[in-house]
Amino acid sequence: MGTKRHFRVWRGDESGGDIQDYDVEVNDGEVVLDIIHRLQATQTPDLACRWNCKAGKCGSCSMEINGKPKLGCMTRMSTFEEDETVTITPLRTFPIIRDLVTDVTFNYEKARETPAFAPPAGVAPGQYRMKQVDVERSQEFRKCIECFLCQNTCHVVRDHEENKAAFSGPRYFIRAAELDMHPLDARTDRKDYAQAEQGLGFCNITKCCTEVCPEHIKITDNAIIPMKERVVDRRYDPLVWLGRKIFRRDQLDGSAHGDSMAPSTSVGVTGVAAGTPFSSARPSEAAPVRDDGRMDVAELALPQQGGPSPFGDDQELPLPPGEIVYNHPAPGKDDTGPKGDAH
Amino acid sequence: MTTRIERHHYDVVVIGAGGAGLRAAIEARLAGKRTAIISKSLFGKAHTVMAEGGAAAAMGNVNSRDNWMVHFRDTMRGGKFLNNFRMAELHAKEAPERIWELETYGALFDRTKDGKISQRNFGGHEYPRLAHVGDRTGLELIRTLQQKIVSLQQEDFAETGSYDAKIKVFAETTITELLLDGDQVAGAFGYYRESGEFLLLEAPAVVLATGGVGRSYKVTSNSWEYTGDGHALALRAGATLINMEFLQFHPTGMVWPPSVKGILVTESVRGDGGVLRNSDGKRFMFDYVPDVFRKQYAETEEEADRWYDDPDNNRRPPELLPRDEVARAINNEVKEGRGTKAGGVFLDVSTRMPAERIVKRLPSMYHQFKELADVDITKQPMEVGPTCHYVMGGVEVDPDSAAASGRVTGLFAAGEVSGGMHGSNRLGGNSLSDLLVFGKRAGEHASAYVDALAKRPKVATADVEAALDVALAPLNRQSGENPYTLQQDLQAVMGDLVGIIRRAGELTDALKRLQELKLRVANVGAAGGRRYNPGWHLAIDLRNMLVVSECTAKAALEREESRGGHTREDFPGMNPQWRKVNLVCSLDKSGDVHLERKPLPKMRGELISLFDRTELSKYLTDDELIEFDALEAK
Ligand SMILES: Cc1cc2nc3c(=O)[nH]c(=O)nc-3n(C[C@H](O)[C@H](O)[C@H](O)COP(=O)(O)OP(=O)(O)OC[C@H]3O[C@@H](n4cnc5c(N)ncnc54)[C@H](O)[C@@H]3O)c2cc1C
Ligand code: SF4
Ligand code: SF4
Ligand code: FES
Repeated sequence: MGTKRHFRVWRGDESGGDIQDYDVEVNDGEVVLDIIHRLQATQTPDLACRWNCKAGKCGSCSMEINGKPKLGCMTRMSTFEEDETVTITPLRTFPIIRDLVTDVTFNYEKARETPAFAPPAGVAPGQYRMKQVDVERSQEFRKCIECFLCQNTCHVVRDHEENKAAFSGPRYFIRAAELDMHPLDARTDRKDYAQAEQGLGFCNITKCCTEVCPEHIKITDNAIIPMKERVVDRRYDPLVWLGRKIFRRDQLDGSAHGDSMAPSTSVGVTGVAAGTPFSSARPSEAAPVRDDGRMDVAELALPQQGGPSPFGDDQELPLPPGEIVYNHPAPGKDDTGPKGDAH
Repeated sequence: MTTRIERHHYDVVVIGAGGAGLRAAIEARLAGKRTAIISKSLFGKAHTVMAEGGAAAAMGNVNSRDNWMVHFRDTMRGGKFLNNFRMAELHAKEAPERIWELETYGALFDRTKDGKISQRNFGGHEYPRLAHVGDRTGLELIRTLQQKIVSLQQEDFAETGSYDAKIKVFAETTITELLLDGDQVAGAFGYYRESGEFLLLEAPAVVLATGGVGRSYKVTSNSWEYTGDGHALALRAGATLINMEFLQFHPTGMVWPPSVKGILVTESVRGDGGVLRNSDGKRFMFDYVPDVFRKQYAETEEEADRWYDDPDNNRRPPELLPRDEVARAINNEVKEGRGTKAGGVFLDVSTRMPAERIVKRLPSMYHQFKELADVDITKQPMEVGPTCHYVMGGVEVDPDSAAASGRVTGLFAAGEVSGGMHGSNRLGGNSLSDLLVFGKRAGEHASAYVDALAKRPKVATADVEAALDVALAPLNRQSGENPYTLQQDLQAVMGDLVGIIRRAGELTDALKRLQELKLRVANVGAAGGRRYNPGWHLAIDLRNMLVVSECTAKAALEREESRGGHTREDFPGMNPQWRKVNLVCSLDKSGDVHLERKPLPKMRGELISLFDRTELSKYLTDDELIEFDALEAK
């Protein structure tokens, strides 16, 4: 029952790439991710693509299908015409790693800046009491599978690298809203925070994020608008925010947590340059293998692990002479600099 | 340019960012240890995210008669008394605390009328016991733990100026080898999936929380991550695996359309009133109630239907039998020609409750069928059949400390990768709570182990170079055999010969074929480079899948009885003698799987007294019963 269909897939890495053409078999009832798997299994085993659950639950397989941000595992082939060419490209808002895989560090960075749930003082575990109707509002936002399709779609950061530092994006607006509406969260400044630190003011309620959300979370209506309204309530002046559609950080007042929640300011999103290293910050280039097929083993102790001694944590100094393996450089032999095992 | 292998120093390295790994990492960080979390996928996407039904904990919020003793009993029953009793005991006692703790991290479970955590019915649980959030409980669990870790990182940031000072997440990073100093864990070696760069984490304690092995089967609810890495790492480090013959086939995986074959239909569909029918329209589960369960299950449809509203005065519907029973029943219906065209049976809620109620109670099921299969479950039945779901077997651990058995020290295991807790069959909902209970214990005891160490073990450079060679080998064979083909062949062997129903001849055949595959895997090649190259990643994972499959096949051949997740056509029925035996796998020097019989630990008097004699007589040997009678007489 298989038919051959035409696919176009973007292949490449951060140094560039292009769309490549493939003819692949498509069977009844398949989704786009199935086709990618078939490509991997039969034509191009190194085609890079993220996925996990294949059931729309993990949010790994985000991609742009015919220009629309979608989950590959939830896009049925039957939604296309029989003879339609399907073009698959990586998310545009995030830096390319390879093929369909992008560097989504931006999102984890913003997640890390959003102040966490603050448990109510004096309520012991097991004593939390909440009404179903009260938790339901936050539960809507907790359905989020972190596919980052909304982040990818939002025009404030799509093609606007320069806004990324000051704008957390819809995913983190709903996080702030969720905590704001959490019946027992002890913090009362979630809206101020959203306005002052997350860049809620950049959002002009285009609703594009809501449209692409595979969990059908009403991001704009249920989170962004109420968060904006409450900020207004608090300030008793609707014109304050209407008048300033775009805020610059230094124009914002009441920066409640600005000090402790330093935002990233680096251009390339990863905060390494700003002094706040990120989990996935790492050298981008693959290391070569020596002629003998091995690689050099060398040390690279990164500062953020709490700076261990380069000699190991339990090493007593000075070392007993017998354990010292340092070789003095031999002139003329070591021009290429340090190499090999530093042990 | 000098090539570098990034080198990091930690106190505790947690491999796995699912529920078990994250909970372990939280505990290690709270104990003041510098902690690394490693995950093959992005942070927050581990398999736990897929769990639907809920987390079992005897909080007694819905039925106040529930308590840890009832939960313990259900767990032992479900596992057919092969469970490590101490693990089942700790699990039943500590699960409520672990769930309540999640609320202090920000979790929002569904509520009862009086504002407590709501609990739902699930197969094998006597009372409504599963804390849940609609049918996305796993997502809530993982997101909550993920956010707790972020919250700890924020504390560290406030103190040190670095989020990563005490706890760091290495996302999209695969560990390929554990490194030892003698018999002590000294570190872990792996690569960044994104860049192909290698890294070495030196640490005296490693917690394995890598999940399961289902990827070795064709029809499975498991993702690409489930290649049994943790099982294989433990074996190679000198630890032992137990119960590897026991695999849970979830009775209700989707069978149509083919692209979603294996994806799960949560048990709560049955807990909330869904019924199973064959192609003749018959509600067949009434024919499959085994004697051991006869007393607890309804005999007529009328009684079964009354149970949903009045569980105290009626017996439960047979659709809620433990998973192994339901899976076998469906298998049998299909085999005898009463299945659907696609090889399943019908699971129907559409005729059982109003559409709004279905959408409200089973939102993500509704969503999943609508979008994946174009089926409206409020209007038509679903087509379901057994799918490989969970491995009961895993690293043999000390129940209290989660420390791995065998010669290695400094190695801990929690979650699906560990064995013993669930015996021969896991009850639904017992996994999520297992992750929390034993994840915490593993983190705690790994930290204590580090504190007690006089001297840190050291990684030998030669071991690092050897691990590197193994990892690079497939790339040096660009024209070697295609890893995808090999994986398909392995899946065929396991699915066809070591599946739900097993026979001696087929198992012997499977072992032979696994040996052949071993030779082919030694020659697997990966085209392309090191950057995010899924072909290369699979090529590396294959050897783990293979060794774990060998354990399963060997143990399955050895165990000459049928129990829980292990059914032998040539040895139907349980054998009380076999109940006393655990099958333990280890690796010998040549890398072959070595199988050994070990006695099961004996249950303490006060625990065995929780059961009545008639029930015990179905599981115990005559000698054990005499002992039990003597105990009761006292
Ligand atoms: C569809 C589905 C529904 C389920 N529903 C329920 C339910 O309702 N209730 C219930 O109790 N249980 C349920 N389960 C079972 C339960 O979800 C799993 O058993 C449990 O989540 C396993 O958690 P874990 O922490 O052990 O591992 P996982 O959550 O699977 O995490 C494993 C982690 O280890 C990492 N890892 C693996 N290998 C390596 C390596 N080599 N290097 C580095 N990292 C590695 C992975 O990247 C991942 O982060 C369900 C399972 C499935 C598949
Ligand atoms: S509504 Fe706001 S957040 Fe959403 S896409 Fe539009 S501008 Fe972005
Ligand atoms: S809000 Fe919706 S679109 Fe955005 S990350 Fe969450 S699930 Fe994805
Ligand atoms: S693979 Fe999980 S959402 Fe698509």
